[in-house]
Amino acid sequence: MAKKKRRFKGGEIQSSSMADIAFLLLIFFLVTTTIDMDKGLGIVLPAEGEQVEISKKNILNCLINSTGQVLLGDEPVKISDINRVIRQKLKANSKLIISVKSHEMTKYKDYIAVLDQLKMANATRISIAETQL
Amino acid sequence: MKFEKKTRLSSEISTASMPDIIFMLLIFFMVTTVLREFSGLPVNLPKAVRIEKLKSKNHTSHIWVSKEGLVSIEDKLYKTEDIRHIMYERRAADPQLVVSLKADERSRMKLISGIHNELRKADALALNYATLMATN
Repeated sequence: MAKKKRRFKGGEIQSSSMADIAFLLLIFFLVTTTIDMDKGLGIVLPAEGEQVEISKKNILNCLINSTGQVLLGDEPVKISDINRVIRQKLKANSKLIISVKSHEMTKYKDYIAVLDQLKMANATRISIAETQL
Repeated sequence: MKFEKKTRLSSEISTASMPDIIFMLLIFFMVTTVLREFSGLPVNLPKAVRIEKLKSKNHTSHIWVSKEGLVSIEDKLYKTEDIRHIMYERRAADPQLVVSLKADERSRMKLISGIHNELRKADALALNYATLMATN
């Protein structure tokens, strides 16, 4: 039994597309690694034992109860309306400090929603009060 | 005026070493990028619109809070009262420290407020509530 001889013609792998493949990998890694950035709402907490006397007319209490309802000053407000109301109040008094107080059982989600609304209204003076029962 | 003929050297740049250069770049990026250091706790982050990016990953310290009320820092569970010690050391080592609070949207404000107080005691005052971008 005779084996057929195969003729071998040039056994090299083309390497001209190597650069393209490497480029593709490079771009893949570049894109996938920059996506995961830390994002969020920034805030600066008051230092321990720091107490500043502020006149009452410059303070606006923003109370959040355990079911996510918000009391702004004396009137109940919908969370999505806070932005508008705060804007008006800031126009009237630019020194206004908004003090956010929440109930112990308030959901974090509601708190973040309120904080986001305050940020949207460009309120820079936000104070976080301790939770109350 | 006649120009003199120049030597017949080819003026093309050799592209043979291109793959090597690109592989070098690739390996550099693969080595220097950190995909994820700590896995943390499973949390559903709340959504917000006015989001700011944290400046540097090196100056960020994460605290995970799950909906069950577990508090985790670098994959270890801690009690709320222990946060001040850990954060005090971190803050002493890096004055530019920003604490990123990755809390579940269903966690309660009692715990979050407790963490606020601990961070104030540790003098780590720059806080960032990790949120997702609201899509609407």
